[in-house]
Formats: sequence, structure tokens, C-alpha cells
Amino acid sequence: MKAPLFNVHGVVAIYRFEMGRFLRTVWQSLVTPVITTSLYFVVFGSAIGSRMQDVEGVPYAAFIVPGLMMMTLFTESIFNGSFGIYFPKFVGTIYELLSAPISYFEAVLAYVGAAATKSVVLGLVILATASFFVPIHIEHPVWMIALLVLVSVTFALFGFILGIWANSFEQLNVVPMLIMTPLTFLGGAFYSIDMLPETWRTLTLFNPVVYIISVFRWSFFGEADVPVVLSVSLTLGFFAACLAAVGIIFKTGWRLKN
Amino acid sequence: MSAIISISNLTKTYKSGHQALKTINLEIKQGEIFALLGPNGAGKTTLINIVCGIVTSSSGTVLADGHDIRRDYRLARMKIGLVPQELHTDAFETVLATVSFSRGLYGRPRNPAIIEKVLRDLSLWEKRNDTIRTLSGGMKRRVMIAKALAHEPTILFLDEPTAGVDVELRRDMWEMVRSLRANGVTIILTTHYIDEAEEMADRIGVINKGELIVVEEKSVLMKKLGKKELTLQLQEPLAVVPPGLADFQLELKADGHELHYAFDASVTTTGSGIAALLRRMSELGITFKDLNTSQSSLEDIFVNLVHREPKNGK
Repeated sequence: MKAPLFNVHGVVAIYRFEMGRFLRTVWQSLVTPVITTSLYFVVFGSAIGSRMQDVEGVPYAAFIVPGLMMMTLFTESIFNGSFGIYFPKFVGTIYELLSAPISYFEAVLAYVGAAATKSVVLGLVILATASFFVPIHIEHPVWMIALLVLVSVTFALFGFILGIWANSFEQLNVVPMLIMTPLTFLGGAFYSIDMLPETWRTLTLFNPVVYIISVFRWSFFGEADVPVVLSVSLTLGFFAACLAAVGIIFKTGWRLKN
Repeated sequence: MSAIISISNLTKTYKSGHQALKTINLEIKQGEIFALLGPNGAGKTTLINIVCGIVTSSSGTVLADGHDIRRDYRLARMKIGLVPQELHTDAFETVLATVSFSRGLYGRPRNPAIIEKVLRDLSLWEKRNDTIRTLSGGMKRRVMIAKALAHEPTILFLDEPTAGVDVELRRDMWEMVRSLRANGVTIILTTHYIDEAEEMADRIGVINKGELIVVEEKSVLMKKLGKKELTLQLQEPLAVVPPGLADFQLELKADGHELHYAFDASVTTTGSGIAALLRRMSELGITFKDLNTSQSSLEDIFVNLVHREPKNGK
């Protein structure tokens, strides 16, 4: 008997399992973020947005769409990526994954793939929801989709690392709530960093989220706060760093194996 | 019979410094039921978890059906099924979904016929669409076994399979284990129910403080270490064991009303058996009104072994 080079059935099993959970909890997974996003549109888009000037030639309600999508994408990718691996650790079913003939790469592919799929679906649903409130024109649709996928995968991977690191549900929520949410709010989700005074603008450039939102907004309106190449490189760099971290985690069995 | 699992010089020291396994060498024969006995914390679960890939060994090698569990982990693990001690289940999944998931995870293509057979064999077919959280503890235990069998393993590890299950389920499990063995599956079980090992196992290994104290055929172990005891209810009490009976290992109990004779069941030398004792007593005019014999159980042997160990050891 020859060892299979790739455990395709194993990857499919985990992917289906994770997507099954997504469908079972569709209200929680899909509808809640959609309602939350709609509320943002009502408040920032219609109520306040109607009194705001255009930003970079784009109506304010449309301007915030990429930022809103990214904000949801960050939190949901991290949540789904972390929960998928944390929950088996928490209830003990991780034993099956650790004793299965599945490589680390395959396990990451399945878990992160499923988490990223959910985020991409969610991003597109938010975009569709937004289009009910404001007319949206996408300047670079291929880039938009590519960035949507890249950000979903990267942050799902980041979430996966958090899920392995976390020893409690509190720890699981620390990074999304205490780090990602402020960084996103201060990262230009609702404004262009050019609108900030010089000192704050310089300071904001140390926030990595600025680059991601900027390039994503560029894919919509063709205007970016920071150079596109720099943004893409930084996002890819973060993806590579997460990938390396996962590689080290699995090699050493950190927080997974004794 | 060839070895299906070969464990050589296996050691495990946890980061805390606790040495859970001290140089284990063990061969499990194909098609046997092997029972691993040992007190809590002896290293049973650590040993199983290393073979199954959940714990990393500190040194040594393990071959499962000829495949190194580290180098050829895919082939090794495809052969192995594990039912862990704790009931770890996905509460919100259905029985059918979770068992099918396990088959896929272990690299096997979908096969509804096999899943149906596994579920029917474990009396779970009627419950296939129930979510696991609605099942009783015993049923959950069956689900764990079904998950372990879904990928048709040839080696099955059962870590305390009947802990906390009722008598009926326990009997069912024994029956299932026997039928699995009849289909060529090698079974390694840990248990603290000694009667379970006595009932089921072909061979027994006793592990204590990370060391395998003994590995032996059950019947040989019983014979080798099992003591028989003869109790004679005397007509007249004795104050001391008469010098004429000094050749025998005798003890007076119940204020001299009972004479206990412990003897090795495997020794059949003339002059030291029951017949010789009774003959000698008759010659000495010691009469008795009743007698009975008893044989030490595996439990006695186990307790004896485990408690003897520190004295023999370091």
C-alpha cells in the first residue's frame, strides 16, 4: 500500500464539516453581520452621510463601503479561523485531528479555506446589501475580488493561530475586540487619512490596517491614501508571516501536542 | 503470529520533567486482544497516545503494521482506530455526519454501505439522524467507537472502553470486541476492570510507573503468578502448626480453627500438593469437618505485581 501524497478526503471532510456549521448557524454567521452593516449604512450613510461632503470625489455613503466590508472581514475571518480550531481543543475532539493521517498543511488548508470562504461570502453579501443603499461602481473588480480573497485568507490564518494560542474564550476575543476593532476604526474605515492633521496622519501610517483598507478602496474608486504596491506587499508580507508562524506551530506541536 | 505493533526503547518525559514512560519494549501480535493494565498515572494513556500520534515520544520507535509512526505517519495512522477514554463528541452533529466525517478525515472515500454496517453493528442505525447531545452516555460511547471504526482500521485502541457504562452495554462491547477480533482486527485495550481483561484478553501487559512489569499470555500469567489456597475447617483447634506439617506452607487462622494452605497452582510435584497434605494430616490424626479451595484472580495478581514492584526496583 502506498501512502497518498495528499489526503483529499480528509481536507474535504474538514471543509464540509466547517461549512456545515456555517449553514447550521446561518443566522449568527451571515444575517447578524448583514444587519450590523445595514445599521452602519443607516447611521453613517443615510443619516450623517447626507450632510457630509464628498470624499475624494466619492459620495460619503459609497466611500465607507470598502471600509465596512473590511471591518467585517477582519473580525469574521479572525473569528471563524480561530473558532474552527479552538472549539475542538475546547471540547477535546482535537484528538481525532491529531491522530488522523492528515498533514499540517492539509489541516490548515481545510480550516482556513472554510473560514476564508465564509468571509468571502459575507463580504459579497455586505456588498450586495450596500448596493441597496448607494449606487456602487467598482473600478478594478478583479483586484477587488483578489484582495477580498487575500484578506480573508490572511486573517483566517491569523485567526487560526489565535485559536491555537488561546486557552479560553476570553483570550479568543481579546485580539479581535481589543486590537482589530480600534485599528480598523482608526485605519480609515470611515475617513480618508488625508483628512487628518499632519501629525495624526503620520502616526496613522504605523497602523497596518490603513494599508489594507486603502488598497481595497482603491479597487473600488481608483484612489488610494498610500501606494498600492506598498499596501499589497504589506498584506502579502503579513500573510507570509502567518504562514511561517503556522509552520513553526505545527512543527513544534505548540499548544497542540505534549 | 507476526507483530502488528512493535515498540522499541520508547521513552517519554514531559516538559514538566515527569517521566511518564521508561524504555518500553513491546510487541503486539496480529489478531490478538491485548489488555494493558495499570494503576492511574502508570503511563497507559501516554503509551496509547504516542502510538496514535497525539503525544510525541522523547525517544524510541514505534512501527504500526511495519510503518514507522513518524516517518510513514499516513500509512500507520490509516491502520489505527482510537477510542479515547473521555467522551469527546461534537454535540451538535448528527451521528451519521460525525461518523462519515471520521471516515473522510482518515483518508477514505465515501462509502455509505460501510458506515451503515458500522452503525448497525453498534445499534446506532436508528439514531443516525439524532444530534449527539441528545444521546445517553452509553450511546455516546458507541458513537466514539463507530467513529474509530469508520475507516476500517486493522488496529483498534480502546482506552478504558467500559468506564462508566452499564452492565448491558459492557456485555455488548465485549461481544463487539470479540466480533472485531474475529474479523481480523487487533485490539489493544486499557482497563481498570480486571475482570474485563480476564474475560477478554489473550495477553496481558502490566504497566506501573512508566515501566512494563510483565507481558504474558493471560493463561500463563494466571498459572505462573496465581496462587491457590486451601482452607480446612478443623474439628479441634490447634495452637501451633504441628512440626510434622512443617514441609507445607501453612497458616493457622480463626483462633486455630482454620488451617490455610497457600500453594502454587503450577507446581505439581508429588509431596507438596493437597493430597500429600491431607495424607500427612491423616497420619498425624488431625481431622477436619470441611474444606474449600480458591484461586487468586487476575486482580490479586495485578495488585501483587504493582505493590511488589517498588521493593524489587530501585
